[in-house]
Amino acid sequence: MLAGDAGAGPALAMRLVVRAAEVLEADRLIPITGAHVDSCLYHGEATIDFVDRLVDGGATVRVPTTLNVGAVDLIHPELWRGDPEVGARGRRLMEQYRALGCRPTFTCAPYQLADARPGLGEQVAWGESNAIVFANSVLGARTARYGDFMDIAAAVTGRVPDAGLHRAEERRARVVLRLAEDIPLPLFDDDSLYPVIGLVVGRLVGGRVAALVGLPPGIDEDRLKALGAAAASSGAVALLHVVGSTPEAPTLTDALQGGEQDDEQIVTLDALREARAAVGGEVGGSIVAASLGTPHASAAELVAIADLLAGRPVADGVELLVSTSRDTLAGAEQSGVAARLRASGVELLVDTCSYISPILRSPSGPVMTDSGKWAYYAPGNIGAAVVFGSRAECVASAVAGHVVRDPTWGTA
Amino acid sequence: MVAPGSARAPALVLDEPLSLWGGLDPETGAICEPRHPQHGAVVTGRILVMPAARGSSSSASVLAEAVRAGTAPAGIVLGEPDLILAIGAAVAEELYGVRVPIAVASSATLAAITDGQAVDIGSGGVSAD
Repeated sequence: MLAGDAGAGPALAMRLVVRAAEVLEADRLIPITGAHVDSCLYHGEATIDFVDRLVDGGATVRVPTTLNVGAVDLIHPELWRGDPEVGARGRRLMEQYRALGCRPTFTCAPYQLADARPGLGEQVAWGESNAIVFANSVLGARTARYGDFMDIAAAVTGRVPDAGLHRAEERRARVVLRLAEDIPLPLFDDDSLYPVIGLVVGRLVGGRVAALVGLPPGIDEDRLKALGAAAASSGAVALLHVVGSTPEAPTLTDALQGGEQDDEQIVTLDALREARAAVGGEVGGSIVAASLGTPHASAAELVAIADLLAGRPVADGVELLVSTSRDTLAGAEQSGVAARLRASGVELLVDTCSYISPILRSPSGPVMTDSGKWAYYAPGNIGAAVVFGSRAECVASAVAGHVVRDPTWGTA
Repeated sequence: MVAPGSARAPALVLDEPLSLWGGLDPETGAICEPRHPQHGAVVTGRILVMPAARGSSSSASVLAEAVRAGTAPAGIVLGEPDLILAIGAAVAEELYGVRVPIAVASSATLAAITDGQAVDIGSGGVSAD
């Protein structure tokens, strides 16, 4: 492949995989069973120049490959409020990745697709930071942090360097994070606790493999998704063992693979309160929008939002935007949940996300969100002032037209 | 080296890790993450010095786009290897024939580099005047 006998496209992909092996000091390549590709999001002409080289060079993927979000909602293209030229280029990039044989899932939560979930110990190449931490931590599949270009290079070659989190011993927790014992019990039932923990975790661990101790056992996937997405925003977290919830960490000893931690830190209630305030505190009474579904809302989350709305309309002048995948939306159309949401005035967005594309009517905000990741990136990406709160607080605020938020959060 | 090549330019020392995606505007070369201590600083033509890269896996695209747009840093010095930036630099070289060398330096070397100081990246490693 490197010699070009499979064509110029596969040869380019293999040069990148070999380069990666050199950087990671891997002595061999290993096969993968699947890939999730983040490269289909437009970041300028360079991203198109690259995929054109692959397509024109005859490349196609060698393993089943899902696609991450793109710039444009291909099902609701009217939601694009930006430069039509840029929208057209974003769309063309998405189409070029389909031309490589990738499945047009266009979701940052491919793990919600029953037929795209790798199993425990399975070797894959995933891009998109929240998907990477979910695949490694919650599914126990094995992927390194693959960035743009490398994810599709792995999919085209079917190979990755035998290094990092692909290797069992590298998956051992190096740092132990203990939740402080004075965290009030009712807080564990508050959805907003999980992204806040994630923001603190990311800052404390950086890129190290960590084990988190002190959460009740059996935390559900939607909360683990929110926690991991936030941790992968504030830090380079690719694997977080949540003891009692994730498959390689039934116990702390398992997460440590019987070894000793290099470092141990306490996640204090003060740190959580400060992180919640820092990521989007009170910015005045009114909001122009609330954005839910980052990472993409699951079917259960769509139901929860519809239940919280209970048929009430969103306030005049406020946009309530919920991002999900086209597959989850198709299910919600069938079940009637989508109709319930729309009846309240909810805008359902697929294939993209409201903090990476010009979607919001008034992007400068204030915008309320329940996502640590959205709150972390939206100020830089779209210039939004952010108020962070729980899903219930976001819905209540969207209905009221102003911020409804618990001022006593995190106090006993 | 994380990405091959050589460069000599004044250092832009970051007090905190930066995710190029969401943190660097490739049209202007400016750091656009409002909470970053060096918010507003322009990386173009500088040697970006930071303890680690951070965050989103889309940073490779932003680096390649910055190269295409002519706003990229002259080179990058990190405290640890970073695959995402390495691939961004490799693709930029494949597409545009421009190298952004990326090297890893010891924590002592990193700590000794001051903002604006001339830094060399080459096959011999990283050195500062």
